[in-house]
Amino acid sequence: MNPLLRWAAALAAAALTTGCSLIGSSGEDTAARTVTLVAHDSFVADPALLADFEKRSGIHLEIRNSGDAGELTNKLALSKAAPLGDVAYGVDSTFASRALRADVFAPYRPAAADRGPQRYAQDQQNRLTAVDVADVCLNIDTAWFAAHRLPEPTTLRDLTDPRYRDLTSMPDPTTSSPGLAFLLGTIDAFGEPGWQDYWRALDANGVRLSSGWEEAYNQDFSGSTGQGPRPIVLSYASSPAAEVDENGAPRTKALLDTCYRQVEYAGVLTGAKDPQAAREVVDFLLSSEFQGQVADQMYVYPAVDGVPLPEGWAASAPLPPRPAELPADEVENNRDRWVEQWRTLVRG
Amino acid sequence: MTGELRRRVAVALAAAVVLGFLGVFFAWPVAAIIGLGVRGDVGAVLAEPATWRLVGFTLGQAAASTAVALLCGLPLAYVLARLVLPGTGLLRVAVTVPFVLPTIVVGMAFRALFGADGGVLPIVLANAFFNVAVVARTVSGLWGHLDRRMEDAARSLGAGRLRTFTSVTLPALLPALGSAAAVVFLFSATSFGVVLVLGGGRLRTLETEIYLRTVQLLDLPGAAALSLLQLVAVVAALLVATIARRRRETALRLRAPATTARPPQGAEWWIVGLAGAVLCGLLAPIASLLVRSVSTRDGWGLAGYRALLGTGQPGTLEVTGLEAALNSVRTAVDATWMALLLGLLASFVLVAVRRRFVAESLDLALMLPLGVSAVTVGFGYLITLGSLPGELRTSPLLVPFAQALVVTPLVIRTVLPVLRAIDDRLRQAAATLGAGPWRVRREIDFPLAVRSVLAAAGFGFVVALGEFGATSFLARPDAPTLPVAIARLLGRPGELNSQLAYAACALLMVVTVLGVVLIERLRVGTDAVEDF
Repeated sequence: MNPLLRWAAALAAAALTTGCSLIGSSGEDTAARTVTLVAHDSFVADPALLADFEKRSGIHLEIRNSGDAGELTNKLALSKAAPLGDVAYGVDSTFASRALRADVFAPYRPAAADRGPQRYAQDQQNRLTAVDVADVCLNIDTAWFAAHRLPEPTTLRDLTDPRYRDLTSMPDPTTSSPGLAFLLGTIDAFGEPGWQDYWRALDANGVRLSSGWEEAYNQDFSGSTGQGPRPIVLSYASSPAAEVDENGAPRTKALLDTCYRQVEYAGVLTGAKDPQAAREVVDFLLSSEFQGQVADQMYVYPAVDGVPLPEGWAASAPLPPRPAELPADEVENNRDRWVEQWRTLVRG
Repeated sequence: MTGELRRRVAVALAAAVVLGFLGVFFAWPVAAIIGLGVRGDVGAVLAEPATWRLVGFTLGQAAASTAVALLCGLPLAYVLARLVLPGTGLLRVAVTVPFVLPTIVVGMAFRALFGADGGVLPIVLANAFFNVAVVARTVSGLWGHLDRRMEDAARSLGAGRLRTFTSVTLPALLPALGSAAAVVFLFSATSFGVVLVLGGGRLRTLETEIYLRTVQLLDLPGAAALSLLQLVAVVAALLVATIARRRRETALRLRAPATTARPPQGAEWWIVGLAGAVLCGLLAPIASLLVRSVSTRDGWGLAGYRALLGTGQPGTLEVTGLEAALNSVRTAVDATWMALLLGLLASFVLVAVRRRFVAESLDLALMLPLGVSAVTVGFGYLITLGSLPGELRTSPLLVPFAQALVVTPLVIRTVLPVLRAIDDRLRQAAATLGAGPWRVRREIDFPLAVRSVLAAAGFGFVVALGEFGATSFLARPDAPTLPVAIARLLGRPGELNSQLAYAACALLMVVTVLGVVLIERLRVGTDAVEDF
């Protein structure tokens, strides 16, 4: 045999037998009860907690991340005939109506729904249960404002003040979900057609738009690692918890009067193979153990009352007391029109 | 006669395997998702002038990116193919590195350089940055085999350097140039992350618009209309490439590369200088991200590299950086052997099919996965693969399958020009001397093609390592590849996440270099192949 062929054969054999291949590596145990949890990309949980749940319940939990809230909702709607899983988590208040209209969730009201989540209920049939809330807020670099002897902005209106010209960076509402939440927040705050005047003023005052949160926060914002030029950025109420110095003091601050509330829901999918097991998984998402770690793991706030936040969050990332919110139906009915109007207004 | 029959059966079998794979993992899902959309009002989208501006911008930026990539890639290809210089081995490896870098990282590097609103230029340069390797590798593959004596003869008959290049070298290189241009054009036309980051939401292409309409708006009719336009545009571009290539892939006097390379002389040093300048352009963004990986708020530090053993700040990754790297390698190895298998079977069929129309249509169909949006394919999987047994939608093998779809056309484009360039008289001579058809393949085709096959393997491995579009769509959270993990790290606040993301980029480059070096070593072994 050609020495080269022999070489290649040996290499191929080595690759296949030493684990340099995925073939044969998917040996999943097919335990008696398996529940597939389809979640948004931000879903993470403490592995020990998941293992403990699996042991106690006898349910094998298979987790599949499926994009952000919008992408997840659309995937659920498209795969309704052959569902991707049994439970879905991560459809948020901006997309809840779309999911409910597509009829992908089955009614189920967990016992814990009375202790907080009921505030965010979307329909009479209880097809969705709130698991956590994540507020989109403007963040500022406090040191920058101290160094420049400029008072910190506090309201949405402040961003149109000439003193804060060219200081703000945020993701585009048409390409990013926090961007869209901010647009909805301005619509809630200024009404129609007032929000359009607000955006004209914002644009005139030099707001910088990027396509994603990544560029705005990591590259343009002066308070993050990228140490960019702009001290005001659109992010989350919880972001300052990730930007603390060696002494645990926050370097950034969320402006609590500029927030828009995104509620994230879970529900049992129609067509779940084992609906009873699927319900137990929803119960688990609302259990105090799971709720107690959502802040640390996902930078969101628990929906169930009385669950303590991590130490330090009271100082660095308190829950906004009065965030803006629009009814899910109103969002679903108007989203496309608002986005189109925004695009014409700001992008010309 | 039985020999001829056996040949036909073999060709039909190979074609069935290739077309079956293409059908299940590409044509069916794409047709299904577009089919859902065309039930709506597709005409309205096509009637909007904005749609046609989108088409114009998509094709324009792709054409400009292709031109820049060709201009920058040619000097590199010449140095790689024709010159004996210290460090060319290193150069061959270095040019492939950009290809694996995550688009979000490169996009942000170019954004830092050109400002947040740099217009079209940074998009074109970033696309070219990614694709110079395609040109350098595809073209040098054939150039290294060209018989230098043809050019020497032209020179001694009085032709100048330019004349020799345009009338002898260039025509011989056209098949490889056409192949490279077609591939770069497709990659640039469907480039997603680069346009999104550098366009800042203001500049849009068909690809980014299809993504938004599918993923955010669930506007399937709009997405279907744009997908159809994208398909038409891609097919048109491929047809132009096919026509340009027609009759060019002819028999050449291929030589073993060792006999065609020599130390640079005289004016060749200019080309070496140009190649050096291009190399610096490629290395600058790489250097900037290496600098990022060791910068901390308080000066230099290796925190990001130490963090590779962990999972970032709480709640960021499910696996460590090293596990993600291992998973990348496994996925890429699988994608590479699958693509080699498919690509070689397809090349075998393409060489064997005698009717030109059939061969060209098949060739074109096999290129299409490069020109169709990963989102279209991914959403198509949701509605089609669910009806197959074995729930493929959740299988870890779906990722290498999808990557193989992207890599296979590259294998074909690398191997086919060499196979077609083999002088059929060599085969006839072998047959006359009593060799059977398989013996002819083993003795004639295989030794001449093996270098290009290994080059294709190396490049395919790199492409699979860096593939992000389809992978991010299909990878499971417990098994992300490095590019997927990097994107996730950059999507979370916190200094550690950011440092870890850049350290993971460095790790991705190291994995790439190791993989390519390994395959290059194999390739060097083929220099022993006998010259005819």
